[in-house]
Amino acid sequence: MNENGFAQFSVLTIMMLLIAFYGGTYLLTLLIRKKEEDTSGFMVAGHNVGFGMGAASMTATWIWAASFYAAATSGYTYGVSGPVHYGLWGALMILFIYPFGRRFRELAPNGHTLGELIHARHGSSSQLILAGSNILGSVISLMVNFTAAGALVSVLSPLSFQTGVIIAGVGVLSYTLTSGFRASVFTDFAQLVALMAIAVVIIPAVLFSIGGPSVMVDGLQNLTSQQADFFSVDAIMNQGAPFFVAVLAYAIGNQTISQRLFAVREKHIKRTFVTATLGYGAIVIGLGMIGLMALTVGMEPVNGNMNNLIPQMVSEYLPPAFVALFFVLVIGALSSTADSDLSALSTIVMADIYGKNIARENPNPKVMLLVGRITMIVATAAGLIFASFSLDILVMLVFVGALWGAIVFPVIVSCYWDRVTNAAFTWSVVVAMALFCIARFELLEMTGATVLFFEVLASVGAAVVFGLMAFGFFGRTVGLIVGAISGAIMVVYATGFLRDYMVLTASLTAYGASTIVCTAMALFNKERFDFDLIKQRVGDYDKATDEDESTMIPEGARS
Amino acid sequence: MSELAYGTYILAWPALTLGVLVVICGAVIKDAIQARKSDSDVV
Repeated sequence: MNENGFAQFSVLTIMMLLIAFYGGTYLLTLLIRKKEEDTSGFMVAGHNVGFGMGAASMTATWIWAASFYAAATSGYTYGVSGPVHYGLWGALMILFIYPFGRRFRELAPNGHTLGELIHARHGSSSQLILAGSNILGSVISLMVNFTAAGALVSVLSPLSFQTGVIIAGVGVLSYTLTSGFRASVFTDFAQLVALMAIAVVIIPAVLFSIGGPSVMVDGLQNLTSQQADFFSVDAIMNQGAPFFVAVLAYAIGNQTISQRLFAVREKHIKRTFVTATLGYGAIVIGLGMIGLMALTVGMEPVNGNMNNLIPQMVSEYLPPAFVALFFVLVIGALSSTADSDLSALSTIVMADIYGKNIARENPNPKVMLLVGRITMIVATAAGLIFASFSLDILVMLVFVGALWGAIVFPVIVSCYWDRVTNAAFTWSVVVAMALFCIARFELLEMTGATVLFFEVLASVGAAVVFGLMAFGFFGRTVGLIVGAISGAIMVVYATGFLRDYMVLTASLTAYGASTIVCTAMALFNKERFDFDLIKQRVGDYDKATDEDESTMIPEGARS
Repeated sequence: MSELAYGTYILAWPALTLGVLVVICGAVIKDAIQARKSDSDVV
C-alpha cells in the first residue's frame, strides 16, 4: 500500500502483467493472420461475423475504461439508483440502434461505414459531416482510453503516467495493425471473457469483504433521502435524462457501432445487439455497485477524485491478487475500445475519404489497405500525444455530442424518406449546431420569448427522440403517434421548466432544430430518390480489381 | 430495504454477467466448429 491507501506493484510485476496481456493478445491475432488481407476483411471481416463473436465484440467495444469509473461515481453520487442510471442508458444505445442497423444493411449490404451509405444517398457534404463527427469521436475515445491506462499504471506502480500511456498505445497498435477489424473482433472476444470472468468474481468479493448486505443496510443512514430513493428525481434529471437524450446520438455518431452492424451476418443482427445490451448493462451496472458500496461504508475518494473509488475499494478490502485482476479488467476494457477506435478510424479514412473522395474513379485495394494501416499509426500517435498532454476535452466533447444529436434525424430519415435532399441534410445540421451554441453558451439573454423559443425547440427535440425510438421498433404510425403525444406533453409541461436545465435544453435543441429544417426542406422537394441506387453505389472494393474494372468499380466511388 | 433485497440487487448483475458469458462462449464454440467443418475462418 502507498500513502494514499492504494496497493502498489513493483515495476517488474506491472511490466509482467502488461507484457502478458499485450503479448498474449498479439499471439492470438497470429491465429487469424492471412498472407494477404483484403479490404473487406480488414474493414468489416467480410460481413460474416457470427453471433457469439459479434455480441462479444459489441459488448467489449462499448465498455471503455470510463464506464466503470463513471458508473461507480454515479452510484456514489446518486445512491441506490445511480449505477442503473449510468449503465441502463448506455446499454440502450446498443439496443435502440439495431432496428435502424437492419435498414442500413438492407440498403447497403456491401457497406463498410454509415458515411458510405449517406454518400450514396446524398453526396460528399453530408457524408463528410458524418465522417468528421465519427473521426472526432474516435480520436477523443482513443485519448481517453490511453489516459486511463497511464493513470492506472501510475497509481498502482512506480512507473510514470507517460510510460503507461505509451505501453497501452504501442500494445494496442501492435495487434491491430496487420489484420484490422478482424483482429479487433477476435481479440475482443478473449478480452471480454477475461473482463466478464473478473467482474463476476470481484463484485461479490467486494460485497462480502465489506461485511455483506447487512453492512450495506446498516450504512443506509449515510445516504440522503434522494440517494436512498430508487426513483430519485436528482438521479433522473442529472444522470438519467442527459444519457437518455444521447441514446440515439451516440449510436449513430459512433463508427464502432455501425462497423459491427455492417460486419455481423444480417440474420444475427437482432440477437447480437440484444445480447450485447444485456452484457454491457450487467457488467457496468454491477461494477457501478462498488460505488454504492463505497457510499454505504462511508469511504471518501482520495483527493476527492471519484475515479479513485473502485481502485480504493479493491485495494482496501481485497488481497493483492484481486488488485491485479482489477488491473487486467481495466486494461482489457480500454484496449478493446481502443482497438475498435483504430479500426473505425482506419475504415473511415479508407472508405469515406480515400474510396469516395480521393480515388473516386479507381480505388486500389492495396493502396486502401496501406491508407488504413498508416491511419492507425497516425491515430495512435495523435492519441498518445493528446493523452500525454492531459488535454481538457470537455469543450470538444460538448461539440461532438451536439453534432451527433444534430445528425440523428437527418441520417435516419434519409434512409426511409425519398424526399430528403443533400441540402436538407447539410443545412439542418448547420442550423442545429448554430442554435445549439446559442443555447449551450447562452449567447443571447435567456429570458422571455427567447428562452421560450428554445424550450419549444427542445420539446420538439424530445418528441423526436421518443418518436424515433418507437419508430425503430414499431414502425411509422406508432412513431408519429408517440412523437406527437410526447411533443404535446413536453410543450405543456416543459416550457417554463427546461430553462433551469440549459445543458439538456441545448442538446434537445440540436435534435429539434435539425428535424424542423430537414423536414421543411424535404417537403419543398418534389424529386424522389430511388433507394435501390444505394445498393449499386456502395460496392465491394476487392471485386473492383478482381473482375472487370469498368463494371465492378463501386458506382458511388465514381461520382 | 431488507438485506435479502439489497443482496439480490447487488448480486443480480454478476449473475446476469455470468449468464451472458455462457451464451457468448457457447455461440463462439458453435461458430468455431462450423468454421472448422467448412474450412473457413471464425472471423
